[in-house]
Amino acid sequence: MSHVAEYVQGEAVALEGDFVVAEAMRQINPDVVAAYPITPQTEIVQKFSEFVANGEVDTEFIAVESEFAAMSATIGAAAAGARAMTATCGAGLALMWEMLWCASGMRIPIVMTVVNRSLSAPLNILTDQTDMMASRDTGWLQIYAENHQEAYDNTLQAVRICSHPDIKIPIMAGLAGFVLGHTLGRVEILPDDVVRKFVGEHHQDHPLLDLAHPVTIGAFDHHDNFFEHKRQQWEAFDNALKIIPEIGEEFGRLTGRYYGHVDPYCLDDADLVIVIIGSGAGALRAAIDEMRADGAKVGMLKLRTFRPFPADAVADALRGKKAIAVMDRVTCFGGEGTPTFAEVCQALFTRNIDTKVVNYIYGVGGRDTVPAEFCQVYADLLHVAETGNTAPVRRYLGLRDF
Amino acid sequence: MAKKGWKKLSPGGLVTEAGSSVEYQTGTWRSWRPVVDRTKCNYCLRCWAYCPDGSVLVEDGRVVGVDLDHCKGCGICACECPQQAITMVEEIKAKLEES
Repeated sequence: MSHVAEYVQGEAVALEGDFVVAEAMRQINPDVVAAYPITPQTEIVQKFSEFVANGEVDTEFIAVESEFAAMSATIGAAAAGARAMTATCGAGLALMWEMLWCASGMRIPIVMTVVNRSLSAPLNILTDQTDMMASRDTGWLQIYAENHQEAYDNTLQAVRICSHPDIKIPIMAGLAGFVLGHTLGRVEILPDDVVRKFVGEHHQDHPLLDLAHPVTIGAFDHHDNFFEHKRQQWEAFDNALKIIPEIGEEFGRLTGRYYGHVDPYCLDDADLVIVIIGSGAGALRAAIDEMRADGAKVGMLKLRTFRPFPADAVADALRGKKAIAVMDRVTCFGGEGTPTFAEVCQALFTRNIDTKVVNYIYGVGGRDTVPAEFCQVYADLLHVAETGNTAPVRRYLGLRDF
Repeated sequence: MAKKGWKKLSPGGLVTEAGSSVEYQTGTWRSWRPVVDRTKCNYCLRCWAYCPDGSVLVEDGRVVGVDLDHCKGCGICACECPQQAITMVEEIKAKLEES
């Protein structure tokens, strides 16, 4: 690429994933951070509170008594006109549940890092994506990181995405607990001034602290207007479909790392495709490299955005493929398939794309998924493509199935 | 007041005008309507003091009626009136009588 020389060169360092996010937050220098510690997110706010104590940021750090209070304080600060951020995971996100809807319904832009963790019981602190997937309908945007660099880049872009005038919706930026959060990874950290310029000055149209122009937010809204206000939120998600890749493109022109809704790998000539979200894509890439070396026509479609669901981008990527496996790292019960599977099938069916799709649940509660297991998925897909038989639709990868 | 569609309503129900709750006609929910018999009223103004919606209309220290755009028909005024001067009448019957 002839552009390479024009990209801003970051400083390559090795950091734990949580510290990567904390470092991004230091550079963003939010006005307010309100957070409560919970494994495996604790290191983010622990590190960030050091920045506060050392005077390296101007942030007002509010140590609250629970995640419910963390989200409430973050909402209050953002409504007052502050650039406000927080971070949580798993059970902490669950405790925020009621306030998640208040943040989105009042159209308050907040960036929240979610270091993905399973939901107890039985007690489990390790990673899967159940926390965010179970909050998929709360009116928050959702993007996921595959690796440390994406965790950093997503945090910066999230600031721009959620506060865009045509969006104004809070955003969750997910990264895998422990797998990314507690492991060292290589990441290029941009210069502070470049980040400051990219995220820009925070602007709130009607801040509560503008005493000359007092406003009420979250007021009573019954049968006569509630539906219309919810319709506005659907519109904002449709706008986000367009704007998220625009901001990803702008970030790419700055850094050389371009972002859209989806990230295809070896997809063009692939007959069989594995769809995945998050850090599992790393192991899947390695598996695809191995399988490709053996001549397998297999590819990956990684989803970066889950809310709004990029149905057009997914359908375009999967059109003409013979068989597809949709991986989900969740324990979301009762549907025939898991959330991502349902969305992918909907995107295909409503566009008259006729192919075979199966669903895999993998890696829940922190279970490792190794490349050899993805090779098994490929072998299964070969069989699905040959026979046309998708039964059973819901499958379990790496389960002791006896 | 003509209702606005979603494209015109303020985002998230943001209210930029002070005192705009007056425009919200909570009286549309009412199923019981207070009717004041002014011949029994001794102007103690307990109804005015107890009304949770400020819907008892008073002029020169005397009850002159009820703001039916905002009265929700809770009946507290009728309950508190020491003169039994306020009767709760079914809204549908009151409307029929009006027409």
